[in-house]
Amino acid sequence: MAKLHIVNKSPFERNSLKSCLGKSKEGSTILLIEDAVVGALKGTVVADDLSSAIANKNVCVLGSDLNTRGFTEAEILDGIKIVDYAGFVDLVAEHSNVQSWL
Amino acid sequence: MSEGIKKFMFMNTKAPYGTVYALESLEVVLISAAFDQDVSLAFCDDGVFQITDNQKTDGSGMKNFSAAYKALGDYDINKIYVEKESLEERGLTMDNLMKLTYEDEDDDWAEKTSMYLVTRAELADLIDEQDVTISS
Repeated sequence: MAKLHIVNKSPFERNSLKSCLGKSKEGSTILLIEDAVVGALKGTVVADDLSSAIANKNVCVLGSDLNTRGFTEAEILDGIKIVDYAGFVDLVAEHSNVQSWL
Repeated sequence: MSEGIKKFMFMNTKAPYGTVYALESLEVVLISAAFDQDVSLAFCDDGVFQITDNQKTDGSGMKNFSAAYKALGDYDINKIYVEKESLEERGLTMDNLMKLTYEDEDDDWAEKTSMYLVTRAELADLIDEQDVTISS
């Protein structure tokens, strides 16, 4: 059963998103929360890495953390799903286990 | 420049909300304004996210302190430098940022921009000119 990977640090400051992308399997889910949500933006230096991940992994971002930082759906990469808190809970329930990348 | 006035630059390098650095730095900046020093702010690296426009925190329940940056002009803090390369690396332009302004008392209180887009090299020169830099 697939794993849920949670990243909460900015990819421009830490290596945790890159580390997660490299060490997660196809078909797993990656959820960006807190400062990590800015990694979902279009046109950034990590956009290519994330676009490759979107091709074979389920990439999600927590909408309220995105809005908190001044961004909306229009500004994030195509293929990234926005979830709310209830969706976050569903993801946890649907996956075999959860790994946090700090 | 008068005797005793020093050039202070507050370097903001961290994203807001995920850590408390941004809010704490803003509070120190507002306090420093009371001491009649020559204060400027720089936003670089993830610090540029501190001044994005349209921050909406009702969903996350965080305290939205972004409006306080708009008050900096009223505290005579009107030199706000934004690093161009930091915006570009994050897919941002000045259009994504709040418009921070001040009223110029020497020009019939005309509203003028406080924001200057500077290159990394220009920011290095500005840092070099400072008496004190406080980084967060």
